[in-house]
Amino acid sequence: MKHLLLALLVAPLVALAAEEGYRLDPSPNDVRDIVSLQAGARTYVNYCLGCHGMHFMRYSSLRALDLTDAQIEDNLMFTAEKIGAPIENGFPAKAAKAWFGVAPPDLSVVARSRGADWLYTYLRTFYRDPKSATGWNNAVFPNVAMPHALWTLQGQRRLETVPVEEGGHHAVQYRWVQLTPGTQSAAEYDATVRDLVNFLVYAGEPAAVHRRPIGIVVLFVLGVLFIFAYLLKKEYWKDVK
Amino acid sequence: MAVGLWKWIDTRMPTLGAEWRKHAAEYYAPKNFNFWYFFGSLALLVLVVQIVSGIFLTMNYKPDANLAFGSVEYIMRDVPGGWIIRYIHSTGASAFFIVVYLHMFRALLYGSHKEPRELVWIFGMLIYLTLMGEAFFGYLLPWGQMSYWGAQVIVNLFGAVPFIGPDLALWIRGDYVISDATLNRFFALHVIALPLVLLGLVVAHLLALHDVGSNNPDGVDAKKLKGPDGHYLDAIPFHPYYTVKDLVGAVVFLAIFCFVMFFTPEMGGYFLEANNFIPADPLKTPPHIAPVWYFTPYYSILRAVPPLFHSQFPGVVAMGVAVVIFFFLPWLDRSPVKSIRYRGPNFKTALALFVVVFLILGYLGTEPTTVWGQFTFDAFFLDTRDIATWVARLCTIVYFLFFFLMPWYTARDKVKPVPQRVTYHA
Repeated sequence: MKHLLLALLVAPLVALAAEEGYRLDPSPNDVRDIVSLQAGARTYVNYCLGCHGMHFMRYSSLRALDLTDAQIEDNLMFTAEKIGAPIENGFPAKAAKAWFGVAPPDLSVVARSRGADWLYTYLRTFYRDPKSATGWNNAVFPNVAMPHALWTLQGQRRLETVPVEEGGHHAVQYRWVQLTPGTQSAAEYDATVRDLVNFLVYAGEPAAVHRRPIGIVVLFVLGVLFIFAYLLKKEYWKDVK
Repeated sequence: MAVGLWKWIDTRMPTLGAEWRKHAAEYYAPKNFNFWYFFGSLALLVLVVQIVSGIFLTMNYKPDANLAFGSVEYIMRDVPGGWIIRYIHSTGASAFFIVVYLHMFRALLYGSHKEPRELVWIFGMLIYLTLMGEAFFGYLLPWGQMSYWGAQVIVNLFGAVPFIGPDLALWIRGDYVISDATLNRFFALHVIALPLVLLGLVVAHLLALHDVGSNNPDGVDAKKLKGPDGHYLDAIPFHPYYTVKDLVGAVVFLAIFCFVMFFTPEMGGYFLEANNFIPADPLKTPPHIAPVWYFTPYYSILRAVPPLFHSQFPGVVAMGVAVVIFFFLPWLDRSPVKSIRYRGPNFKTALALFVVVFLILGYLGTEPTTVWGQFTFDAFFLDTRDIATWVARLCTIVYFLFFFLMPWYTARDKVKPVPQRVTYHA
């Protein structure tokens, strides 16, 4: 009976759909890493905010990253007058649509819809493609409208796909060719993207930073309550024969 | 002081004390309740949790197609403690179904639906139906892509009804597509109409139960025998015995609940779907639309039934029958014994099969039909080569055979002799 219950609870979790296409790299981000979040916020306002707003995030919420109001106002606040204002971009959606074919989406909760792994891989797999309108393409998101916003950091790369035979299945092997160097090494660039993804994950759910510590306290309290509830039950039930 | 106050109230309103005695202090319940008997009180607990957290959500939520998505994010970020309230409510929705499914399974195990508790079962089924409606209406409110397209799919099911279908769907939506009008009425239904129905049904369920008394894991009458002291041999007052026991269950349940809420509120995409963090877009259909996990067994049945004359109606009927058929369980079950402990191999096998196909259907409903690949061969009867669809069809047949053959296999079962008294080891 107990096994049945366990199976009932676990069954849906075992199920993981196999995604086709470029395999996602696991994102090494950690929302408890404040320094990484600060670096990610800096990258965000410098490289992303030009096109992508974060309508549901306020500049003031960056205080949670151990930043003072003065630090936020001087270094991060390019698109607003007041610190309580939302992190928005000055890019008119209509013009954006005309230029890129699609308005750049708001990124407030992008980490919740796409997942950290997807973002981490996506931002590291842009490549030069003369056939696309922007001259850029992406391995995770083929024919994406967005050009490589971080290309000065990563440099330009080309993607070569080699068809291979894997246990009777057709598969593709990806090979990256560096065309021009960026200002960062491959490892530095990975770290930049990790921090940026970390910030996006944080922005998607600012509560994630404090829900775990609160959860530990709550579970501890319930644990203590369990002991008392159990002893109370034992005491009452000892005369049931 | 407290005693004096109670006396003061009791002389003016003796009903209160009488009801308390009738439903708690002198409600005699069998003493051999096991693990499966926690889920009734837990369902009541989740109902209260949902109502209270729902009230607080309503204070900040905006039922407006332009504002709804943003107001949920506002609750998650700017409302103090808002994220806790929202996660309580979203985790509570799934927890409600987990608890109710286990509660219903308990009834199947121990024959709680059988005579004389048919009405208890029917009220319970009505609660289950209302809960499905409540969950469906509530799921539209965050106004994400899954909210929108899930509602679109479900409302379109009504559109498949012959003749009146399109008008019916239009009447439900209040518009030609899911829109602001739909959101507003679903909000009204979710926050007041169905909760009222739910509360009324829960009261009816409990009153009906307390009139006939609780079943137990042995399925024997626990109030048949009295000792020389005039007390029941096998039944004990619900209060304090089961209030303190259910308290233990409630604490354990809350610990699991809080673990999910604080450490994995999305539950891997099963409690909160990733696609629902994209605002509803009527012009962009997501490639894969799946309902939340608690509807997926029925969704699988819907998809498994092939269309007839280009109409999905047979699938809709099958799905409806799959839910409604539970109502007839007390009369389909012809076994002379209640509890699985004394039933024969027929019922045990059938129930085990039913659980397996229910889980498989549930899993398949969360996935695209291509999840298990295609058959490599072709045949005239293969309208689709998706393996998952054929597995779902097989499971659907087993699902219905469990009910349709029940009068036959339960009547022929080799049952064991039922004891006079409940089995209980202190």
